[in-house]
Amino acid sequence: MTQFVMPKLGADMTRGKLVEWCKKPGEHIKRGEIIAVIETDKANVDTESFVDGVFERVLVEPHDEWLPVGTPLAVIHVDGEVPGEAAPGPAPVPPPAVAVPAAAAPSSSAPPAVSAAAVEAALARLRISPAARKHALELGIDPAQLVGTGPGGRITLEDVEHAAAGPVPAAAEVPDKAQRMRDAIAATMSLSKREIPHYYLSTTISLAKALAWLEKRNADRAITERLLPGVLLLKATALALRSVPELNGFWRNGRAEPSRSIHVGVAISLRGGGLVAPAVHDADQCDLDELMRRLQDLTRRARAGSLKSSEMTDPTITVTSLGDRGVDAVYGIVYPPQLALVGFGKVVERPWIVDGRVAAQPVVYATLSGDHRATDGHRGALLLDAIDRLLQEPEKL
Amino acid sequence: MTTRDIRAAILDVLSDVAPEIERDKIDPRVDLREQLDLDSMDFLNFVLGLHKAFGVDIPEADYRKIGTLEGCVAYLATKARPIGAPSAAA
Repeated sequence: MTQFVMPKLGADMTRGKLVEWCKKPGEHIKRGEIIAVIETDKANVDTESFVDGVFERVLVEPHDEWLPVGTPLAVIHVDGEVPGEAAPGPAPVPPPAVAVPAAAAPSSSAPPAVSAAAVEAALARLRISPAARKHALELGIDPAQLVGTGPGGRITLEDVEHAAAGPVPAAAEVPDKAQRMRDAIAATMSLSKREIPHYYLSTTISLAKALAWLEKRNADRAITERLLPGVLLLKATALALRSVPELNGFWRNGRAEPSRSIHVGVAISLRGGGLVAPAVHDADQCDLDELMRRLQDLTRRARAGSLKSSEMTDPTITVTSLGDRGVDAVYGIVYPPQLALVGFGKVVERPWIVDGRVAAQPVVYATLSGDHRATDGHRGALLLDAIDRLLQEPEKL
Repeated sequence: MTTRDIRAAILDVLSDVAPEIERDKIDPRVDLREQLDLDSMDFLNFVLGLHKAFGVDIPEADYRKIGTLEGCVAYLATKARPIGAPSAAA
């Protein structure tokens, strides 16, 4: 038996609403199949199962109430598991069909704390009891947000449980969607700036070749098959990460954990404010047409508020690109527990030296924000260098 | 198709791309991207929408001509006429 618990779909998530079950009791579910729709502060997320098994029973019916991350929602009988042998769930009494307090939930196999690393780093500096520390990690709660009531302001187990059981918002202050999005971004960015010692690099990249190539390519194509310049930047970044893999991955348990897969989170601004950065999986392996299709699909779904859980939790790096509007350069904040963020400003015409003469050329300011715990500026510079090189040979992207 | 129809059809497409816009408040001479905060993906969707609604192919080189509502109406008035009639149902 394993429990499907309220997942933590990103460093900023502390709670979610169960909108809908996508499986019925008795049905078999495969790893990666959608098990439920979970509402977060940022989107309605099609949440994928972590295991193969039989969807045994529902612990919580969909209802309009925030449940803390880690709350058991359903029981899954994992394939190949001998009954009674596996991780003990809570007592097999029929659980109430309402919110189970997360404090009572030893969340077993489904990993709730995707950003455990970020949380753990925060713990090292805080006055917090070991039990409270462990519990906060299990629940994916950022202890730095807690107010300690123990001796000398120490955070106790009760404080963690109190936070897990809440938020019990006063009826008067139920923040609207835009405000919740703002709050979620505030929490993640604060965590990042508190814990991640950033270094910043920037370079100017000529896009003359890339844009000329793109213009020619698009001229022969129907509107539906045209590529945006951002697709070239995305692909170049993904390919460049192959040569500097230590910038691609996560900071967990006090160590960098580079990822073999390159899942690029693409920052998408939402009309009406806020942003999300869902993953384009294996971006280095997609050809440009495929990448364009995925980008369109992701943008559409992000704005409709319908993303998949893997898209929320898998990005190994984030790219933010200002496109053809905005300002020259963007210096991003690393999204924990990722290790780096690449920023592209808008494409602008600037004087550029070609063969000893000044010429007007389209250029883009590329920046890298890196976690200095994981890498040094020298490695970061190699990444920006590699991106530049790749963009000078657009036909090979 | 009268200029008025064209204008209405353009505004329909714009409303699809940016649902929150107020149609009467659009200044016909100000760049749509600036005015309505459209990014490059939004603008591409706008062009795609015009393509569907008017049955015209708009080459990238012409994007600057359709930057404003006024420019867009003028551009489509010349382009849409030959093909526009049969496929202008939208």
